[in-house]
Amino acid sequence: MRFSQAIWEEPLLDEIKHDELFGFDRKVPAAEKAIPKGRLERESLNIPTISERYLMQHYVNLSQMSYSVDNGPHLLGSCTMKYNPKVAEYLSSFEGASRIHPLQPSSTIQGSLQLMYELERMLAAISGMDAVTLQPAGGAQGEFTGMLVTKAYFDEKGEKRDRILIPDSAHGTNPASAAMAGYEVVELPSKDGMVDVALLEKVVDERVAAFMLTNPNTLGLFEERVGEIASVLHSKGSLLYYDGANMNAIIGKTNPGLMGFDIVHFNLHKTFATPHGGGGPGAGPVGVKSFLEKYLPVPRIVNDGGNYALDYNRPLSIGKVHSFMGNFAVLLRAYIYILMNGSDGLEQNSEKAVLNSNYLMKKISGSYDIPYKKLKKHEFVASADLLKSGRGITALDIAKRLMDFGVHPPTIYFPLIVSEALMIEPTENLSKQSLDMLAGLFCSIAAEEPEILHSAPHSTPVRRVNEVKAARELIFRWQDFRR
Amino acid sequence: MPSDERSEMLNFLGLDNVEELFSDIPAAFRANGLKLRSGLSEMEVVSQVRSMLGRNKNCSEMKCFLGSGIYDIFIPSVVSQVLSRSELYTAYTPYQAEFSQGLLQLIFEYQSLMSELTQMDAVNASMYDGSTALGEAATMCRRIREGGTFVIPRALAPWKKSVLRNYLRGLSINLVEYGFDRKTGHFNLDEAVSHAKKDACGVYAEMPNFFGLYDEPVIDLKEALGDVPLVVGVNPASLASVKPPGDYGADIVIGEGQSLGIGMNTGGPLLGVFACRKEHVRKMPGRIVGATVDADGKRAFCLTLQAREQHIRRSRATSNICTNETLLSVAASVYLSSLGSSGLADVARKTESVRSIAMSELNGVNYNVLFDGPGYNEITIQTRKEPARLMAELVEHGILGGLPIGQFIPELGNASVWAVNERMGENDIVELKNVLDVVA
Repeated sequence: MRFSQAIWEEPLLDEIKHDELFGFDRKVPAAEKAIPKGRLERESLNIPTISERYLMQHYVNLSQMSYSVDNGPHLLGSCTMKYNPKVAEYLSSFEGASRIHPLQPSSTIQGSLQLMYELERMLAAISGMDAVTLQPAGGAQGEFTGMLVTKAYFDEKGEKRDRILIPDSAHGTNPASAAMAGYEVVELPSKDGMVDVALLEKVVDERVAAFMLTNPNTLGLFEERVGEIASVLHSKGSLLYYDGANMNAIIGKTNPGLMGFDIVHFNLHKTFATPHGGGGPGAGPVGVKSFLEKYLPVPRIVNDGGNYALDYNRPLSIGKVHSFMGNFAVLLRAYIYILMNGSDGLEQNSEKAVLNSNYLMKKISGSYDIPYKKLKKHEFVASADLLKSGRGITALDIAKRLMDFGVHPPTIYFPLIVSEALMIEPTENLSKQSLDMLAGLFCSIAAEEPEILHSAPHSTPVRRVNEVKAARELIFRWQDFRR
Repeated sequence: MPSDERSEMLNFLGLDNVEELFSDIPAAFRANGLKLRSGLSEMEVVSQVRSMLGRNKNCSEMKCFLGSGIYDIFIPSVVSQVLSRSELYTAYTPYQAEFSQGLLQLIFEYQSLMSELTQMDAVNASMYDGSTALGEAATMCRRIREGGTFVIPRALAPWKKSVLRNYLRGLSINLVEYGFDRKTGHFNLDEAVSHAKKDACGVYAEMPNFFGLYDEPVIDLKEALGDVPLVVGVNPASLASVKPPGDYGADIVIGEGQSLGIGMNTGGPLLGVFACRKEHVRKMPGRIVGATVDADGKRAFCLTLQAREQHIRRSRATSNICTNETLLSVAASVYLSSLGSSGLADVARKTESVRSIAMSELNGVNYNVLFDGPGYNEITIQTRKEPARLMAELVEHGILGGLPIGQFIPELGNASVWAVNERMGENDIVELKNVLDVVA
């Protein structure tokens, strides 16, 4: 496969110079009168004024120097880079979604409230939870919300618990979210890539508020002893938290409720195919078992005989984590995705995601070391350890070289417990043809001359980027160039 | 998937059927499928969702006088055209700089434009919304300065207070409030300063304030605060007209960026604006793009100072934020550059002058404007009728009325906060007046 990204010498906005503006450049009517503000007057404003004709050129050219899901495979482990169905984009542009003020009276947003109410019920069914809040704006915020709910629960019980346990294979957001909620984070070393249940039994005591676990974990392994894990936690009165980043592996096959989890967050931009937007927006709803519902953020959407209303009267609620009701336009897209797939479609997607992952793993296992050679779920971790000791080829080299072939590299150097890790998640959206191509590519890259790899990528608009210089010089804006 | 492809793949794995792929899930935890409806065709989904959204009454059907951070602004078409480039909206976070130069440059341009607007040195790639930006700013203050309190105005949107309280839950910081003058609506900044002198890690002020007024003394606040960090909350659209916080010593600037060309979207996604002085940048939350060069010395961009972030620093990160609102920051850039300095000034002047007309016109037998003076978007109106009831009745007249504030600022009686925007003219204010004369 040959790949070459467009290479434009695209200037920065403030470097685009032209005098002429056109009729279509008048976006708003001219306002003649200024209200005097005395000392509050702004003295000057220097925002570039660019004709729409050149603006569009600028943005089209820059978009051609971005690589996206619609260009080709994204192998990012734990990121679940699915195709984003276009009908969701179409419907979210309707004024009935986009031109609604969040503080409108409930009587004027019955459609939106119904949609959110139904989405909550769907997510509850998928996760085996009893109640769901849609308010958190991203996965990490979902985790933070879960931690706040945990805190509120123990506060009400009058128990002082100040610790959160986290496996050493956990996503970085887990410890960060727990710390933000004021918890001391205790990291548990894994055993054979899984939770060391014997160790867990030793460390869980009445100081432990919750254990945050991803299942399947970041190695793609299903924690088979999750039942025992839940018992250990619950026997000491602690909660079990489910990080839903990897939920695409299990839909319809099992669910966190069955496994004994008390709190779950979802990443709608992963499992439910809402677009990643170059880093956001996402949405991170949180589901809980019924005994925790009273702590969920306000407002709660209630259904009173077909009339939907917003209920703020929840005295034990943690309050709010977002200004309004969350990222509605993202929720809408996830709702559409669930409607279109239905029970059968969602389950098939998980099947195909797991099949794809195991297929690709076996296909490349001749060229890469695969730690924990077992059945995997939606993702697996390969290691470039032997390539590094043998020929000096690192995981970073592999990643950079993949770009030369129009493939978004896997997540690298994560999880931290595997050296030279390449964490690969193909998702269900790759065909056998694509997977065979990718497998061939992984194997041929591993056999390439190290020099070619060290200097990769070769076919991108820029060569390897000097990140050290960026961190040293701290140039965050064009004004710094102009000095 | 054609079933022969599936069986070929299963064969390769030495498996007989798909269920074997899930044999590692103990039987006790196996679900018997999902209990949702079966999938619908695109045609059916369009019809169903269209009719559901049709049950809403949107702001093309009503004149929107609701504001308080979210405004029914005019958005030039070029904004949605750029956002619908699938290379942008379906892209992942640009960790792999070499083939994400376009996206990285877009974020760099957003940072530059917001830096110009706020006159701050460093702007991050976005927070979730204005409220979470405030929460993050307060925790950042604690990293800049020891102190057991964070000082905020009493008249502050309740959702901001609630989110802020949650972001401070993990630190032992109490919120201390300063009041406002019942006659003028201006905030009592002397009280803020005296609170600040007692063990505060930071002070928050807004320009314009919750009542829509520009509080002039805010520009002297930093001088009185000395080393105590000052966080200023802004409506970025107003900065085309009013003095930017970077000019009066703010340490951190935050705001809701929806007014920069982003749809109201029933309240999300929004754009949390976050900026700070360079000396604080290592304490900042969120992603930042920096300029550098590639191996050939060519200008290039990449994410930088990642050692602050959760994927590197884990429990000691400056924030847990990962997914942010990047696409909305691109929307803000397109909006800003499609209007340019003069278009932005037009929007700001128009908003300010319609507000001024509303202030003088909206006084009747049963209602009156409470506070006077320059400001942006909002005015506060007191009515004889209970505001929530008034709001419901106005919907019948095609008017989305102001936000009732009696619940959280009871001393102002039947008060509500109304907002105008640049779409409106004198005729809209007159029409509103005519309806209020009858209904209020």
